[in-house]
Amino acid sequence: MIATVSAQEYAFVVLAVVGGVSAISVVLARNVVHAALYLVVTLLSVGGVYLLLGAEFVAWVQILIYVGAIVILFLFGLMLTKAPIGRDLLDNQNRWIGGVVGFGVFLGLVFLIQDAYKVQDSVARTTFRTTTGDVGISLFRDYVLPFEAMSFLLLAALIGAVVLARKDEAAK
Amino acid sequence: MIRLPFVLFFSALLFSAGVYGVLARRNAVMVLMAIELMLNAVNVNLVAFGSDRHDVGGQMFALFVIAVAAAEVGIGLAIVILLYRNRESINVDEVNLLKW
Repeated sequence: MIATVSAQEYAFVVLAVVGGVSAISVVLARNVVHAALYLVVTLLSVGGVYLLLGAEFVAWVQILIYVGAIVILFLFGLMLTKAPIGRDLLDNQNRWIGGVVGFGVFLGLVFLIQDAYKVQDSVARTTFRTTTGDVGISLFRDYVLPFEAMSFLLLAALIGAVVLARKDEAAK
Repeated sequence: MIRLPFVLFFSALLFSAGVYGVLARRNAVMVLMAIELMLNAVNVNLVAFGSDRHDVGGQMFALFVIAVAAAEVGIGLAIVILLYRNRESINVDEVNLLKW
């Protein structure tokens, strides 16, 4: 039996339902632009979940990077490629296999989580609040090397994307 | 204050939606969107476990995953645009240039 439910848990359930429904809509939508907009809703609700978990900085990074940058990139990708509309044009013939595998993954994960952390006797712990300062101290004290590697990766991705998407005029 | 399994169930739902999207979609941009869903599920797990263990490391890894996801989308969409320019189609089941 589930013990007292805190206000944060109610808020979380609302966010999770909204995010889960829109995540399913992302993969079922017939219109690609609608799928991108459902993705925005999912990402915003994930950002809200981060806030409820006390991860303030990650929540704002999620909203800035995902909603602000990645979804815009997706929309540009959709505009530049004239994506078709309609389920048969967007989905391939393995839809049923995909559904079975996706549902199987979900059931397997739910079983494993329930097996490892019994929902009925799990206890809520105090929220672990982290400020941007805590994140910054940890980032530049313990994770400096991964941080530098990440900047190198972003540089490589930038150059790679420019080289790939540039119109090759010399070849014509 | 949120019990850990609830967050894990939410993340499992996001991940399975992503798995279905990767398997069922044939438009390359939609496949990339489904991959984003899966990466988000992983991030939710990382933050949730970090919050449960009172360790800021989970958030660090989530931030790194976000950065990798941004790089991946940039490169992925560049490849998609290049593909569209060359083949007039971005359906992943029609691209067989590297197929043996």
